[in-house]
Amino acid sequence: MEIVYVYLKKRSEFGKQCNFSDRPADLNVDILPNPKLAAQFVERNPVDMGIQCSVSMSEHEANTERFEMETRGVNHIEGGWPKDVNPLELEQTIRFRKKVEKDENYINTITQLGVIMEHCIKQNNAIDIYEEYFDDEEEVEVTEEASSAKTINVFRDPQEIKRTATHLSWHPDGNRKLAVAYSCLDFQRAPMGMSHDSYVWDLENPNRPEMALKPSSPLVTVEYNPKDSHVILGGCYNGQIACWDTRKGSLVAELSTIEFSHRDPVYGSIWLQSKTGTECFSASTDGQVMWWDIRKISEPTEVVILDITKKEQLENALGAISLEFESTLPTKFMVGTEQGIVISCNRKAKTPAEKIVCTFSGHHGPIYALQRNPFYPKNFLTVGDWTARIWSEDSRESSIMWTKYHMAYLTDGAWSPVRPAVFFTTKMDGTLDIWDVMFKHSDPALSLKVCDEALFCLRVQDNGCLIACGSQRGTTTLLEVSSGLSTLQRNEKNIASSIFERETRREKILEARQKEMRLKEKGKAEGKDEDQRDEELATNLEEMVAKAEKEFFDIIFAELKKEEAEALEKKAKAPKKLSLEADEEEEEGEEAGEEEGSDEEKSA
Amino acid sequence: MTEVEETLKRIQSHKGVIGTMVVNAEGIPIRTTLDNSTTVQYAGLLHQLTMKARSTIRDIDPQNDLTFLRIRSKKHEIMVAPDKEYLLIVIQNPCE
Repeated sequence: MEIVYVYLKKRSEFGKQCNFSDRPADLNVDILPNPKLAAQFVERNPVDMGIQCSVSMSEHEANTERFEMETRGVNHIEGGWPKDVNPLELEQTIRFRKKVEKDENYINTITQLGVIMEHCIKQNNAIDIYEEYFDDEEEVEVTEEASSAKTINVFRDPQEIKRTATHLSWHPDGNRKLAVAYSCLDFQRAPMGMSHDSYVWDLENPNRPEMALKPSSPLVTVEYNPKDSHVILGGCYNGQIACWDTRKGSLVAELSTIEFSHRDPVYGSIWLQSKTGTECFSASTDGQVMWWDIRKISEPTEVVILDITKKEQLENALGAISLEFESTLPTKFMVGTEQGIVISCNRKAKTPAEKIVCTFSGHHGPIYALQRNPFYPKNFLTVGDWTARIWSEDSRESSIMWTKYHMAYLTDGAWSPVRPAVFFTTKMDGTLDIWDVMFKHSDPALSLKVCDEALFCLRVQDNGCLIACGSQRGTTTLLEVSSGLSTLQRNEKNIASSIFERETRREKILEARQKEMRLKEKGKAEGKDEDQRDEELATNLEEMVAKAEKEFFDIIFAELKKEEAEALEKKAKAPKKLSLEADEEEEEGEEAGEEEGSDEEKSA
Repeated sequence: MTEVEETLKRIQSHKGVIGTMVVNAEGIPIRTTLDNSTTVQYAGLLHQLTMKARSTIRDIDPQNDLTFLRIRSKKHEIMVAPDKEYLLIVIQNPCE
């Protein structure tokens, strides 16, 4: 129903004033209650209702004017003197004082007070209550807590067919993401239908990977570009190098041509420090190290063949399993090979033969991890076979420090970016070992069983606190290390460097001694002429001694004879002189006599 | 009287003591080892302070009373031993 009111007015009446008038109320609508609806309601009995019946009061604030207060004291100078004493007159004041002093009360009071006062004075003299103890000592932060590491998160491979997590890379800014490369490293035993995907995980969400990287062949290594955090480099199982831009999606952005790529899986790939931020290099077991520019990824910019005989023969080349590059030493890089040799190379060498600078051999099996110490780049860590070894560039014959031979194969290792004396290793039995060189050499400082299957790779976050390790079944575990292992201890840098230097020196001494022994051996092998020569030398010695003695006595006798001869000559001269002067004669005669006497003594 | 002399002398001879003075209830210095103007100043000011301190203690607890007052400043320590009628004031340089 539409309620409408029509208002009619004559045109001539427009503008007329309004005349209001009263009229009684007019009931328009009356809606009575419907008793049937009452059935839908429940009667409420009793009903509680609060009412207040009290004096209504109101609150009102008023700010009065500030009341200014002033503290004043009256300094009573020379007041208080009794009326009869004039304070200015010395005599009167003295007299007054003397009077007071004679008062018995005064004497008692002062004696008493004196006792108390003396006590306090002595106290003051005995101890300085405001003394600061240990002022110059720094605050010693003693971390009594035992070192520990706890698992924070576990990221499982979402695929049905589990693949090994072969490589990890932390996101360069903020470390909130982790890229994990999944592949199956068993030769030709990759199960059918195994997915080629690798994932980028967000640490907050372990249930689902944040992004998938879809190459044509499974990725063996994955690396974030440290300069541009959207670019990810991946090394494939078939030897190609692939590049992703996370902004563009999961599909490969750039891919190297298969003819120019490696012939074997790419086991190591690292971004280089360059102005463009697009250069990287990779190594593979086919014995080649290739440099790439991702803007033109179809061909490598440079290829080095790891032939230590320096003949550039691919057949002789050693297969590379790990690669090392330190941005502070941009022209040098190191390669760890399958044969257990570390090759140190110089990129800026003129001829390809000179690229290979030196080799370090010491492992029995492939070197799975190779890293320079971030604080002391001269020392580097290698992990391979059943040991982890620390090397110094100066000592080429052997490593300076090594762990004992473990029961399980070591698969990966890394230095802590925060503490120069701490490094981590993973083993085939699923344990993560944390070694503290300052603390103990024989055993790891902390050994944790992370999972039941073998651990394959390890990566430490830049703050030194979080470690991610990947296992054979594709499970990536995120661990947090206790603060004792991830904060720089006092003097740690000095102690660590002195440990490395000491070990290097020891190796050098051992090397030198070995060389000596080898030379001696060589000498012995050259025949017994050596022995004879030794004997001759011996007899010569005796002869020389006898000869020397003889010469010595000869000289002495010769001197004696000379003196005798001189004395005799003088004796001959003396009688002539006697005829010349009387006094002198006598003296000379006496002298001559004395000389004669002495000669006689000598000859006797 | 010699006891008083002895006591005061002994106090003065302690290590670090700069000056000693005895002041009566009216603020008149009876005995002092410092010069007049300093004495008068100390006497007047410390008298007031002691009164205030005493009244504070008594306000908090009427049963209580002030026995000793020690003011430690950067340069030295002023010790006041109050009594009903007299004040014994000693200025000491604590060993530092």
